[in-house]
Amino acid sequence: MTARTAAVAGSLFLLVSAGAGCVSFYEIPVETPIHAKLDVTPFQRVLVAGFLAGGSKNIDPNAETARLLRSQLRSKSDLKVIDADVLSLVEEVDKQRGAAPVADSDEPRIKTDKDLAEYEKILNDKEFWKKLGEEYQSPLIVTGSILFTEVSKSGNVSRMATTTDPTGRQEYKEVRSFVNMKGYALSPKFVFIDGRTGEQLYAESFHEEALYQEGQNTPALSSYFELMDKLLPGFLNTLSTQKIRGTRILIK
Amino acid sequence: MRTRLLLVTALLIGLTVPALADRRDDAKAQVSFGIDVAQKGLWKEATQRWLMAVKIDPTYAAAWNNLGIGYEQLGQFNEARDAYEKAVALEPNNNFIRNNYDLFREIYDRQNRRRSR
Repeated sequence: MTARTAAVAGSLFLLVSAGAGCVSFYEIPVETPIHAKLDVTPFQRVLVAGFLAGGSKNIDPNAETARLLRSQLRSKSDLKVIDADVLSLVEEVDKQRGAAPVADSDEPRIKTDKDLAEYEKILNDKEFWKKLGEEYQSPLIVTGSILFTEVSKSGNVSRMATTTDPTGRQEYKEVRSFVNMKGYALSPKFVFIDGRTGEQLYAESFHEEALYQEGQNTPALSSYFELMDKLLPGFLNTLSTQKIRGTRILIK
Repeated sequence: MRTRLLLVTALLIGLTVPALADRRDDAKAQVSFGIDVAQKGLWKEATQRWLMAVKIDPTYAAAWNNLGIGYEQLGQFNEARDAYEKAVALEPNNNFIRNNYDLFREIYDRQNRRRSR
């Protein structure tokens, strides 16, 4: 390479570097809008009817879910929430089938997905929902199924541990240990029904788990609320536009 | 012969680089103004500015990145995806752009999964 070539290459590099310049950046808060999945403009009222619920007998997922969704809809949607007794869809299905009432009322009829499948037919029963809709002047009906089950898992987990060496310097080390975890799984399916026709408008399933170290005594109800907290934005986004807050980096 | 070739190359660089620099300066002015108004919450105006910037200089990755953010904030997800993808293609090793794109994709993919249900 001649000196002249080197000079040209050098000036090219400088020009490119100057063009690149120093980068300035700005962190900015953003609110990304997530549009509602369902057009609810034909409805002024919403009825959280009740759920096919089962799993753990430590809580009543039907009553808790209906109560929680009603209070969330009251504060976070424009629809008027109808106050009504929470339906027990399990009893309703049993009644339709002519099944005998359960001897031990503490034991839930639905314990697994398989049990649930036998009851799910009611969610597609147009006549049933249309009749219920007529009782409440054709609202949007929210129903579905909730399975709240106990889970336990074992495995290796890693955590960072600090140690101090002889010179007094702190060191971080990854320590792996075998642990037994216990907790709960929540699998709801929210179904939205047109109270005027009894037809399903939209349905969405979720699944969340919360695991705790063995010995950590977490009440079932607080675990239920912890799990529902994660699902609520997804549920509310069906009926109203939600905003996801975050930050992005603007660059000059 | 080699000297002549070098002279021609230098002349071409001499002519094109200032033009490119001018374009980049104009685009930078738009980007800068866009950032100022975005910081005041005027996202529509900001997005327009960044759109102008990428029209002036389509190789300006920062402008595409900001345009992606603007469209995302306005809920125009497909346009945001295109803008981010152009930014990533222009500067694949820029971590700021990559992080913005990854955060956006999380929301975009979730929204699309729901629509397909």
